[in-house]
Amino acid sequence: MSRVRENYENGAWMRFVRFIDGETKEGESEKEKDGQQEDMEKNLRLAKAAGEREAVHADLYHRKRERSLSDLSHMMDQYETWSKTRGMQLFGKIYRIIAFGICMLVIAVLLITVANMPEFGSPDTPANSGEVPGRYIEKGQEETGAVNIVTGMILDYRAFDTLGESHVLFIAACTVLILVRIDHRKDGSLVHKELAAEEDDRKLEPKNDKILQKSAFILVPVIILFGIYVILNGHISPGGGFSGGAIIGAGLILYLNAFGFKKTERFFTYRTFSAVSLFALLFYSVAKCYSFFCGANHLESGIPLGNAGDIISSGLILPLNICVGCVVACTMYSFYAIFRKGGI
Amino acid sequence: MSIIQSFPLFNIVMCLMCGVLSSVLSGRLAKRLSLVLVGVAGVMNAFVLRFVTEHGQYTYPMGHFPAPFGNEIRVGSLEALLAVFFCAIMFLSVLGGEHYIDLEVEETKENLYFTMVDLMLASLLALIYTNDMFTAYVFVEINTIAAGAMIMSRNTGHTLVAATKYMIMSLVGSGFLLLGLSMLYSVTGHLLMVDMHGQIVKLSESGQYAMPLTVSMALMSVGLAVKSALFPFHTWLADAYSYSTPASAAVLSSLVSKGYIFLLFKIFYRVFGFDFVLDHKVTNLLFVFGVAGMIIGSVVAIYQHDVRRLIAFSSVAQIGYIYMGIGLAVPMGTVAAVFHIMSHAASKSMLFIAARGLSDVSGDSKDFVDLKGAGLRNKLAGLGFCVGAFSMVGIPLFAGFTSKVYFAEAALMANGGKLAVAMVALAVSTILNAVYFIRALITIYTPKDGEETKKGTAGCRPPVSMVAALLCFILLNIFLGTWSNSIERAIEAGLDTFG
Repeated sequence: MSRVRENYENGAWMRFVRFIDGETKEGESEKEKDGQQEDMEKNLRLAKAAGEREAVHADLYHRKRERSLSDLSHMMDQYETWSKTRGMQLFGKIYRIIAFGICMLVIAVLLITVANMPEFGSPDTPANSGEVPGRYIEKGQEETGAVNIVTGMILDYRAFDTLGESHVLFIAACTVLILVRIDHRKDGSLVHKELAAEEDDRKLEPKNDKILQKSAFILVPVIILFGIYVILNGHISPGGGFSGGAIIGAGLILYLNAFGFKKTERFFTYRTFSAVSLFALLFYSVAKCYSFFCGANHLESGIPLGNAGDIISSGLILPLNICVGCVVACTMYSFYAIFRKGGI
Repeated sequence: MSIIQSFPLFNIVMCLMCGVLSSVLSGRLAKRLSLVLVGVAGVMNAFVLRFVTEHGQYTYPMGHFPAPFGNEIRVGSLEALLAVFFCAIMFLSVLGGEHYIDLEVEETKENLYFTMVDLMLASLLALIYTNDMFTAYVFVEINTIAAGAMIMSRNTGHTLVAATKYMIMSLVGSGFLLLGLSMLYSVTGHLLMVDMHGQIVKLSESGQYAMPLTVSMALMSVGLAVKSALFPFHTWLADAYSYSTPASAAVLSSLVSKGYIFLLFKIFYRVFGFDFVLDHKVTNLLFVFGVAGMIIGSVVAIYQHDVRRLIAFSSVAQIGYIYMGIGLAVPMGTVAAVFHIMSHAASKSMLFIAARGLSDVSGDSKDFVDLKGAGLRNKLAGLGFCVGAFSMVGIPLFAGFTSKVYFAEAALMANGGKLAVAMVALAVSTILNAVYFIRALITIYTPKDGEETKKGTAGCRPPVSMVAALLCFILLNIFLGTWSNSIERAIEAGLDTFG
């Protein structure tokens, strides 16, 4: 006959059964439940107020909260003592030494590699003397119609990359919108109530600064005009959509800083942002899809290259530069506006 | 030139355009547009696949300029196969999770979520088809940002932390990739993969620039390993997968990391050439970390009492399998790795969707204590979880079993040491997988004390879209498990012309 073991509850088999049942804490939460009937009732009331669906699971919610609370206090205890144990302090030291060692190793390897690389700027490196750069330099103007070879490269030879790149800007702006935009429902209430205080906070405008306003009054038109000039001359002189767009964006941000949101909202709202990005990117996609398709099927695209050096020349490059410029300017301005007040 | 050959281009541009368009539509319209888009892309890629299997692979210049001067995409049967498969998984994941996107993403930002979905698909397709390193990098950027946005679109504290962790790790990975890429450009003078390969062969014969070549390969491998959560770099993964909305978790685990692994295949086979990779022992390193990931991922998963975290850590183990397959350095290993990309994608996305269905009937809790009997309350989600778990453990008839057989087959072809290690790791990892998945299954099928098991709890009827998605997932798993021969042959044929 077998004897009943005294510590049957803690035997290997029962522990295994509990593991299977997912009870990690020896069923503590079950025992404590009775003692806290009162709390539970309060919880039920709260849950009822929160809606019927929650009421069905009030018990679950209660247990979940219990568990997370006990976990938390347990963790806090551990956290306080844990970092002071000798093992952890030793580990911390070793960790820092190893991390430092690995960083130094990577830095050393990269430096040695750079020393072994072809000399920077020398004319006979593979990147400078290869057939690809050779053709860009020799035939770039003739084939793309752009005097500025760089623009010819990014918007004609390698337009697919730039198509992706302008969508990177767009998607980055959208991500920031998801992250920090404070939204209102149609009836004007906030989607997230907690954000109300923050929204008020962001409405704080700086005090009127006369010096800033006067200098912005002179500078902003010049900056924006210069940006437009850089974009429109992108295929003739250094510059292009990315740099021109950044200049316009900087001008807009300066204007916003000097005169506040009320004035900028007269001409730049979220609708403007989405409309401009939408049309610029859609035009870019459609135009380039057409030109890729023609190119791959050896069809004439029928877009004249014009006279190299004229403003209206080099086929699609000028309109594409304008598109890229619009996207960049909108993205820069919207980044700033979103971070300032949680919306454009 | 047949019009079908232009479909990859149309697909990518279409996805980009729909993504931009979604940003001004309402959430509902954006969702429909996105589902239609993914479906259409899948069908178009299926046509491409048929064309490629009949006529062989082709390159497609992006513009009026021939290859080394302009961009180019290259369409082979492996690429087309994966593109079809990715579209299918994307469609099912978004369909299965769409109900929860409505619940968990702020209603005014739902359209932006689908912008991310569309652009994610564009970037995946571009990564699959591109033949140019820099294009690959640009679309890796889109992929990274879209993935980050998909994690944090469910706006809670946990997801913000998870997205931050993801962004930090992932951007380190991108940085390594870009560093390696620019080093490679400055010693070869090319960005097109095929021409880079030509230059690398010349350089390695003459022994010139040996150091930059090795370092750039190491940097790119590490970068992509960080991004695809290979074992020591997996720390971002658990939070990202367990707190985001289920559609995001499904897409992230099954497609995003796989896109990067496929890019790594391209870099190994097409840019460096596999012989060069073998000479530099990179595969051995990947093998070691892959095996470590297989074991440690599974061990950590055993300690989880949150079902989503369990699935997430199981992903770490499965990524380890894929890298082990590459690390075996035999052709069969790569076939097994590609097959496992597919079987893992099919099972893991189903597990995430099913787990959400289970916690739906358990008071939105992901904890095992509350999930008790969930499989009886929501039968279909239980079945989905069951099939997914069986597949991940490696029970015959399901996808995971077949890929394990292929891994074992590949291990037999490898040299002595690797053979033993791989076999032991496979066996141990399978047992560990069984420990945590069978435990989860027992939990969800054990009725709660004193609960009426017959009737489902009121108000917990699963949404129709999820039912459809789960059924398709189950069929897909069984299809991959039973009809694997034809797929394996297709992968082999694709790999033959891949390099």
